[in-house]
Amino acid sequence: MNKLKKFLSLFCVTVLLVGLLAGCGGANSSSTSGEEDTVTVLISNDSSRTAIEAVTDYIEEEYGIKTVFETRPGGTEGDNIMKTRLATGDMADIAFYNSGSLLQALNPAQNFVDLSKEPYMDKVLDTFKDTVSDDSGAIYGIPATSVMVGAWFYNKKVYEELGLEVPKTWDELMANNEKIKEAGKTAVIGTYKETWTSQLIVLGDNYNVLAENPSFPEEYTANKAKLATTPAALRSFEKLQEVYDEGYMNDDFLATNYDAGIKMLAEGTGAHYPMLSQVLPLLATNYPDQLNDIGVFPQPGDSLEKNGFTAWMPHAFYLNKKGEKVETAKKWAEAFLSDEGVKRFVEAASLDGPLAVEGVELPDDVPQAVKDMLPYFEEGNTAPALEFLSPLKGPNLEQITTEVGSGGKTAKEGAELYDQDVEKQAKQLGLEGW
Amino acid sequence: MRKKMKSNPYTYFFLLPAAAVYLIFFILPTILSFFFSMTWWTLTDWKFIGLENFKVFLSEPSMNIGFKNTVIYAVVTSGLKVILGLLLGVFLSMRLRSVGFIRSMVFFPALLSTIAVGIAFSTLMHPSQGMINAALSFFGVAGPDWLGDTKIALLSVALVDVWKGVGIATVIFIAGIMSIPQEYHEALSIDGGNAWHRFRNITLPLSRPAMNTVIILSFIGGLRTFDLIWTMTKGGPGFSTDIIASIIYKQYQAGFYGISTAGNVILFIVVAALAFPLYLYLNRKEVDM
Repeated sequence: MNKLKKFLSLFCVTVLLVGLLAGCGGANSSSTSGEEDTVTVLISNDSSRTAIEAVTDYIEEEYGIKTVFETRPGGTEGDNIMKTRLATGDMADIAFYNSGSLLQALNPAQNFVDLSKEPYMDKVLDTFKDTVSDDSGAIYGIPATSVMVGAWFYNKKVYEELGLEVPKTWDELMANNEKIKEAGKTAVIGTYKETWTSQLIVLGDNYNVLAENPSFPEEYTANKAKLATTPAALRSFEKLQEVYDEGYMNDDFLATNYDAGIKMLAEGTGAHYPMLSQVLPLLATNYPDQLNDIGVFPQPGDSLEKNGFTAWMPHAFYLNKKGEKVETAKKWAEAFLSDEGVKRFVEAASLDGPLAVEGVELPDDVPQAVKDMLPYFEEGNTAPALEFLSPLKGPNLEQITTEVGSGGKTAKEGAELYDQDVEKQAKQLGLEGW
Repeated sequence: MRKKMKSNPYTYFFLLPAAAVYLIFFILPTILSFFFSMTWWTLTDWKFIGLENFKVFLSEPSMNIGFKNTVIYAVVTSGLKVILGLLLGVFLSMRLRSVGFIRSMVFFPALLSTIAVGIAFSTLMHPSQGMINAALSFFGVAGPDWLGDTKIALLSVALVDVWKGVGIATVIFIAGIMSIPQEYHEALSIDGGNAWHRFRNITLPLSRPAMNTVIILSFIGGLRTFDLIWTMTKGGPGFSTDIIASIIYKQYQAGFYGISTAGNVILFIVVAALAFPLYLYLNRKEVDM
């Protein structure tokens, strides 16, 4: 009897222990023994996934690689999650993230797979490759979205109704704003509840900054020029302040969020929305009937001669170097940029701009706003945003633009504050000259 | 020796698991954070840089606002929790009908998740679509932009904190008031004292231990508060509702791990420097029953 008892208890303990071990290893064993290969993709929840999913469906059909999406928030919350998951070795196989300065803050050489030797890289535009590579010549990302612009989206119906013309200078734009305000509509939609949206007037002004001061990014990176003391750069902050000073925004702009802003633009209760062209896919999904009422023009400068878009390089997919499925992820990336993959992408997308892949014909039914921006790209009247020309982007810009944009600080004070913010970033990155 | 062991049925080895947990999850990180606060740190790589991080953190432009806001927030929330908690405590220790129900009503917000409360209230406090302003406009009052107006945003959050925390304060007060022996009340009524005398001369001084607990708990809680501020305003608009903890979190978000660790050390020192003297002062004023 006693012996039996002893045996039973021993047995139970063994079973429990084995069960525990199996429980720990469960996730790994099931994924390797599965017939179908899967990769995980960490993606932000504020971007449209329609086009990406069209390609991943194709990858699953053709290559037998299933894609499992994990979502994270956008903005600084998202940066935080990226950094933490990378540091703790908990990153998905593939990460969707900004190119340019934000990527540089992630220490790409240590975390992501170098793709510079991959044959498909030949067809990726060089301007994009520059923003996902480092000094060693390694290239870490493939374009995951189209090239975007940071510009003024406007409701064409409101423009027609009030007899307005697309402004070519900042003064003309402000004159339009005045007329729209008089007509009882919101001239400029502010959605500062989501603080990142407050940065657009400043960031989208880079074309004008470069037009006046082409070497600004290099000097800025080398600590030789400051925003607050460079008139062209300070002007960007002044524009933000002017919009507030004149009272052109909706009264509750501090409590309005991104979705509400898109609604205002689509329904024409707001006329202008300074935003990234990533709003277009969201408009296409939520307000398909109004999509072609929405046009876009670049944030104008002070003179008539120069007029062009500030462009955002696409977000990219990066392959996690320490992931369990680097090889599968590489195949996935190749499939994503295969001719058929790109074709599927273009067909499914309600595009928000041209692709960063060479030799792609855009379909005729692109949204009106994209038609507005294409001539600028064809004529070369675009310039990348500052964050793609310099590794420096201070983390507090969105709070500072909120303050300037809501009258808490003057443009000059805001620019000075941001210069201090950038200094910290430069030191953390270990740049020379700081 | 043997005899002694027998008299104590448990060996000190029984303390080991708890000690190990405490060491690994509390003591060790504390020591490490003192060390890393003096380094340039990327989580995988570090370099010793002395007190540089402290200098950077203290010269953070929003630091002035942060310190001020932290103290205001702690004083306002703990003050209101003491006053409201005491009043509710006195009221709810009376023999009333359905007192149990009211007690649970008062305590209920304390059970909710702070994040959920924050999200719910930021919707309620929306200037044009929120229910609070809708209710106010029904009475013809134009409600303010609770979270968007830089002058009142911090107080709006503090009020929500009080709403959520007053239940705990009340429960502590009820326990304190109920433990006052009945004889004192009887003695007072023989001497002809009224309700005010009872409150002034018995309830107030004798619930002092309860009050001290409430003050200390809510004051420290207020000093290191984070979750409610972060869900409701994220330190904004701009930097107007930044508190020390939210500034620390922003450094961490930006990947300035050394600086944010230095910030935590500073917060630790600030909380200790304010809470210890307060604790000693309050303890000296307690009276014996």
